[in-house]
Amino acid sequence: MSAARQEFGDGIIWIADEPEVTLPPPAALPSGGATIALNGVEKAFGERPVLRRLDLDIPAGQFLAVVGRSGGGKTTLMRLIAGLDAPTAGRVAVGGETVEGLQRNVRLLFQDARLVPWQRVLGNVGIARGPDWRHRATIALRDVGLADRGREWPFVLSGGQKQRVALARALVSAPSVLLLDEPFGALDALTRIEMHQLTERIWREHGFTVVLITHDVAEAVALADRVVVLRQGEIALDLDIDLPRPRREAGDAAASALQARILAAV
Amino acid sequence: MSDLALDAPARDAPTRITTAARAGRPPLARFGAALLPWALPLGVLVLWQAAASLGFLSSRVLPAPSAVALAFWQALKDGSLVTNVLVSTRRALIGLAIGGGVGFALGILNGIWRPAETALDSTLQMLRNVPHLAIIPLVILWFGIDEEAKIFLVAIGVAFPIYLNTFHGIRTVDRGLVEMARVYGLSAAALFWRIVLPGALPSILVGLRYALGIMWLTLIVAETISATSGIGYMTMNAREFLQTDVVVLGVIAYALLGKLADSLTRAIEHRTLAWHPAYRTGTAGLAA
Repeated sequence: MSAARQEFGDGIIWIADEPEVTLPPPAALPSGGATIALNGVEKAFGERPVLRRLDLDIPAGQFLAVVGRSGGGKTTLMRLIAGLDAPTAGRVAVGGETVEGLQRNVRLLFQDARLVPWQRVLGNVGIARGPDWRHRATIALRDVGLADRGREWPFVLSGGQKQRVALARALVSAPSVLLLDEPFGALDALTRIEMHQLTERIWREHGFTVVLITHDVAEAVALADRVVVLRQGEIALDLDIDLPRPRREAGDAAASALQARILAAV
Repeated sequence: MSDLALDAPARDAPTRITTAARAGRPPLARFGAALLPWALPLGVLVLWQAAASLGFLSSRVLPAPSAVALAFWQALKDGSLVTNVLVSTRRALIGLAIGGGVGFALGILNGIWRPAETALDSTLQMLRNVPHLAIIPLVILWFGIDEEAKIFLVAIGVAFPIYLNTFHGIRTVDRGLVEMARVYGLSAAALFWRIVLPGALPSILVGLRYALGIMWLTLIVAETISATSGIGYMTMNAREFLQTDVVVLGVIAYALLGKLADSLTRAIEHRTLAWHPAYRTGTAGLAA
């Protein structure tokens, strides 16, 4: 699978077949997953309920995809886990501890990369600074295949490279939960496949829990261990994806069948 | 060159292309292109000198350029030009430091803290709409014709553009970046220094450029009305003796000082906004 796809990259080899050999050991930026538990979570904006009595348990290290139409509560769910918003009722817990305010061990990738334009790439990756940040940021940049771009200004980067920098920025703090809010939505098809492979590889190396918000059913089936369909604030489908990894992006009969089931529930 | 261009990082590419394009044109055309912006002023100067020499233009209306040049030489020789320029520049800069500092501080305060905005902004908007030159009679009563009067007027004049643009710059910082900074654990101080202030900087510098224009304008008016030194005094004094050449010299001195101040701000913009695509060296033509 990689022979054809190597041409898509910008000369940086990070294809799934051989990454463990060239990259620093995961211990360089230690990580690991945390469980996420939602019990009877409700969220309303004014009179309008967005999430209705939601119960969801996500085991540590799982790659969960949340699929649904716009306005189905996907982003609200993610903001609750990140601690950006508080639930109207119920409890959200990460690693067994109730979420109150912003979480140090939860990192978020936005739809737009949200790089700081007046910080160079390395400064963006190490945006929270802290001791030894240059070293950690350099390792994270190498992890996403942009080792030599640290001195660039963000505006010279392509859309895919910007998202890779954003991913490196999330990795620096060695999060135990990574939330992805449709970060690949604005990318072209080939770049998106690259980003899928990169995200999957990094997830396997670091072992954090991933919640991917997407409206792309194929993307969810290609990446996730488990797909949850959110419809009008309720879980309409909870499906395990038992396909072997690495997966193909298209042309797999079993994957197509799963996609059809998910689409029917959306 | 070509090998180098290939190896160079992408950000150098625009500069190289521009240089290469310039180098590719014949030297005569390049010389002509550099001269073209000066053609009109030079032409006017030649016509002006001719009209004055041939007697079409009375020196009481407008002195010949040669007379202005002579006045320049004399004022330079007796030291009055340097003294007056220094006196005026000193007033301008002290006024800018005081007024700009106050405007900047208020802009920051009201920008990041809503209670301050509620308490202060409408008052400031009211004061802003008073033409500050209208209070010259009051200022003369308060301070006489001492240095304080001129500095006070300049300070009042520059404070508002700096206040408005600082406030606006802070309020229009990308909310997404602020949210990102919070999620990524930046402290309030780090948020201010790393996100909010740099984000507001382009707007603050626009305010500074605007303030510099007002600074000179205010000073000219203040010095022509009440002063015993400075460029404005020099020109008003010359008027008494019908020395139109010295008056024109004063006008030119103001123009040059204004241009110098503007160039300095532009240099600051290019230095501090290097991250901004519009201020890249390669696209400087677009920004200017």
